[in-house]
Amino acid sequence: MTKHGRTAPSVPLMIVAWAWVALPFAYGVYELLLKLTQLFGG
Amino acid sequence: MPEAGQRPTPGGFLSRARTVAPPTWSRWLVPPAALSVHLTIGQAYAWSVFKSPLESSLDLSGTASALPFQLGIVMLGLSAAFGGPMVERNGPRWAMFISMICFSTGFLLSALGVATGQYWLVVVGYGFVGGIGLGIGYISPVSTLMKWFPDRPGMATGIAIMGFGGGALIASPWSTQMLAAFGTGTGGIATTFLVHGVVYAVFMSMGVFLVRVPPAGWLPRGWAPAKAATHALITTANVSARNAIRTPQFWCLWIVLCFNVTAGIGILEKAAPMIQDFFANTAAPVSAGAAAGFVALLSLANMAGRIVWSSTSDLIGRKNMYRVYLGVGALLYLTVALAGDSHNFVFILCAVGVLSFYGGGFATAPAYLKDLFGTYQVGAIHGRLLTAWSLAGVLGPLIVNAIADSQAEAGKTGPALYTTSLYIMIALLVVGFVANELIRPVHSRFHEPQVAEQGRQDAVATGRGGS
Repeated sequence: MTKHGRTAPSVPLMIVAWAWVALPFAYGVYELLLKLTQLFGG
Repeated sequence: MPEAGQRPTPGGFLSRARTVAPPTWSRWLVPPAALSVHLTIGQAYAWSVFKSPLESSLDLSGTASALPFQLGIVMLGLSAAFGGPMVERNGPRWAMFISMICFSTGFLLSALGVATGQYWLVVVGYGFVGGIGLGIGYISPVSTLMKWFPDRPGMATGIAIMGFGGGALIASPWSTQMLAAFGTGTGGIATTFLVHGVVYAVFMSMGVFLVRVPPAGWLPRGWAPAKAATHALITTANVSARNAIRTPQFWCLWIVLCFNVTAGIGILEKAAPMIQDFFANTAAPVSAGAAAGFVALLSLANMAGRIVWSSTSDLIGRKNMYRVYLGVGALLYLTVALAGDSHNFVFILCAVGVLSFYGGGFATAPAYLKDLFGTYQVGAIHGRLLTAWSLAGVLGPLIVNAIADSQAEAGKTGPALYTTSLYIMIALLVVGFVANELIRPVHSRFHEPQVAEQGRQDAVATGRGGS
């Protein structure tokens, strides 16, 4: 977001921020998929 | 940077002035900040994990063990409705901080309550104090996301509100595993609550530190509001929260949300017994394990619908998206009613569709409000709209449970337990469809002239651009 309209985000900050929320979310989805197998396998 | 027409808040780390983004800030850092709050407060939907341990360790009834959750949802609606203007005035960092303090304190009070055998402390802690954290946290990022993503408001709020669905996915297995490790006695439950309070406070703090508001007049590079307002319903004007509730558009959307949620929550709340009852008289009855899998599938549909349909609404328009939710939703319910127990995959597919529309309805509502009322006080208006959720949360389960119980008393079994409920849901969706059709652009007498003028001046006076 400079005067030319470009951003210069901090890449490490971006990675940490998204990993902070993505990793717990991935854990939740993984646990859900384990349950889901019971519908089609059980 | 205070909003035009609003008093600036005092200085300090939490003030709106301290959250104005520096020139190098990327707007893509705001969704994870919002998610850190929504993934946390979404834990509320996993409260059922604590019910059985609380009942056995404190000798409670099922009704009593549900009280903290019920009070929490009531407080969510009330604090979102009445706290909205404060959230708009003080900014997202203040709101996320208040949410963090309340939600975390709720768990800590609950831990104390269980450890000392004072259950009322759990109800007040988790339900009242934590419930305020739920409501303030739910609306805290909405207005900010709209301002950062005026070109894709549906997608932006869809990400955040998907987090609310995702919060239960994380909390349910995590809380279960923690109870297994610490034990399901009072000591184990208290320790589990304590750990929840501390971990969730740390997790939410990322959002508090990371959230930023765009500078006044900031717009995404190459995007112009007037050019983007191609749909008749998209306004470039602004309406205050006070005026919004005086418009017929607000109440039409209130009915739309209320009946869309009622239709979805009726299935969601009773999913496991419903699928088992439906196919009880067939050659292939549904086992308890498969019913649990069905519940998981509905959770996935609910969550995916929030991001997929909300993002789609950016392309096809909000009114068309709600035509799909309500119109196709009614057809899916009709298919279930007519198909009965002949095909279980038809039942499953239709339920998945209905639940994806349920989630989509929640996630698309803020963008619809932004289209109609502008971004000025969209967070506060959204908070008031959420009262529709409070009513639907009571109405949906009440209809399905009351009718199923009365049909069972009459000696009916299988799909007959639910057929009447299904037709009631269809009727509600049709009423919602009509209400959506009645939504027209907001009359200019409700617009805020100062805000509109200030916004134009800011846009001229400041640079634009961003990712």
